[in-house]
Amino acid sequence: MSARLGDDRVWRWVTLSPALLAMLALSVLPLANLFATSFLHVTWAQGHAVRSLVGVANYAALPADPLFRAGLVNTVVFAVAAVGAEMVLGFFLAVLCGRVGRGRIAYRTIFILPILVPGIVIGAIWKLMYNYDFGLINQIVGLAGVMPQDWLGSPETALLSVIVVDIWHWTPFCFLLCLAGLESLPQDVYEAARIDGASFRQELRYVTLPLMWPTLTVTLAFRLMVAFKVFDEVYLLTGGGPGTSTEVLSFTIFRRFFIEDRAGYGAAMSVAVIFLVCGLLVVALANRRRVVTTV
Amino acid sequence: MRRTGLSHILLILAAAIVCVPVIWIVAAGFRTQISLMMGQVWFSPVLGNFAEVLFSSTSDFLENYRNSLVVGVASTALCLVVATLAAWSLYRMRWPRWVVHGFLGWALVFHMIPPIALAGAWYTLARSVGLGNTLLSLVLAHAVLNLPMSIWLMGVFVRDVPLELEEAARLDGASTPVLLRRIVLPLVAPGLAAAAVLSFVFSWNEFAVALNLTVKATATVPVAIAKFAQDYEIRYTEMAASAALSILPALVLLLIAQRFIVRGLTQGAIK
Repeated sequence: MSARLGDDRVWRWVTLSPALLAMLALSVLPLANLFATSFLHVTWAQGHAVRSLVGVANYAALPADPLFRAGLVNTVVFAVAAVGAEMVLGFFLAVLCGRVGRGRIAYRTIFILPILVPGIVIGAIWKLMYNYDFGLINQIVGLAGVMPQDWLGSPETALLSVIVVDIWHWTPFCFLLCLAGLESLPQDVYEAARIDGASFRQELRYVTLPLMWPTLTVTLAFRLMVAFKVFDEVYLLTGGGPGTSTEVLSFTIFRRFFIEDRAGYGAAMSVAVIFLVCGLLVVALANRRRVVTTV
Repeated sequence: MRRTGLSHILLILAAAIVCVPVIWIVAAGFRTQISLMMGQVWFSPVLGNFAEVLFSSTSDFLENYRNSLVVGVASTALCLVVATLAAWSLYRMRWPRWVVHGFLGWALVFHMIPPIALAGAWYTLARSVGLGNTLLSLVLAHAVLNLPMSIWLMGVFVRDVPLELEEAARLDGASTPVLLRRIVLPLVAPGLAAAAVLSFVFSWNEFAVALNLTVKATATVPVAIAKFAQDYEIRYTEMAASAALSILPALVLLLIAQRFIVRGLTQGAIK
């Protein structure tokens, strides 16, 4: 027996160490690097990086950065509006789909499609859809006698248009999780409710919703996480514009770090966003001890 | 039975909203630029855009496609091996609780970080070890990005492997590699399929990191499509054609592996 225990002790290291090494080398190390860089001012001279220590100056500059502020506000608005709409729509589509017998698989197949399409392609699709001159959206509203709009080009509609794209992209995901949750609910509760003469609405309110609560919170937590990382669609659709009306945090980081090549400041911004996200995580975990999501 | 007519009407409406943009973009790929600009409803389809995107000497799309396939397959394979071993180790090897929770907690934090925040550090790291602008650097990045998801997913399946079965194999004298290959692997195969499909799709779709870790020769499909949209004069119909080509793998997987996609996406949430 003791030989096998010794064997186990070796094998548990052998089996975990690839993941441990990958995480250390590609997540802990880069983050440490990022953290260190956030206290530096990095300039380039003759192809070499010139670093000088600036303390917390990079962090101190963040609150006054108009792009960072706009990014923060827009990301929160974007996440709350898009995810809220997706949860409601996804839940009701799942309830509808759960009621129909025939065709359920066909609906599910169609609804899964947007989840699998690359974000950048979704951006490309909707850039054409929103096009002022020939986009399908303007053709459709034109039928209703509405003048064509520059959906992505005017500050009033740009963020809303991006939110609509995200709703198109991710409602199917909420739908899928809700449908799986519904299908796993015990059927006898519904039979009991029916025997007691519950209407469809009462059944939804007093049986389905409470039983679905764990699934709904997990879906919500997961969607919020992803919504805070939004980048691809914004990159392609608006590039943060017009002005700062669709500037989101990921895009601000990209702009400062890669376009303007301000490594120190970009790193400070990244670290700030990471702390913000971790704060969200703590709030989420406090509300639900076991946040288990795939993806 | 309740009437389901209204449900069907609403569901068909939703399905149409999902389908129309995709169908419209595929159709745009078969149009001439003029036909699209004129907003013609009826048009005679042409193959020019696809020919231009695939075979023109100025287009790298086939190369981009190959790069995406290589990165998708390689990063998925790497990720699955590492994740399955780690999941089994964490749930079945009697690690102290703090190790298990610490590891999974860190994976969750890592999963929440916007990839763009790490892209700069990854780029520096890749350059410093001589992997700058190589496909290998992107393979590693994608493998590690998909690692948290794969470890959770494989964890769900590993925990479903009956302990008695593992103990029985041990008593029969199976060593750890034999146990893994003969007992654990066959039982977690459905989980592996689900994790494989998802991690391939996510790698295929990933843009922010690919944009910053690649150059012209190593660019993946999303990077190439983004380039289309940024040209001074956007070639709309070619962009549409390449978008249509880029969703082909997703369509194929949707038809042949839907079971695994659904299981992979929902497994963690309702357990």
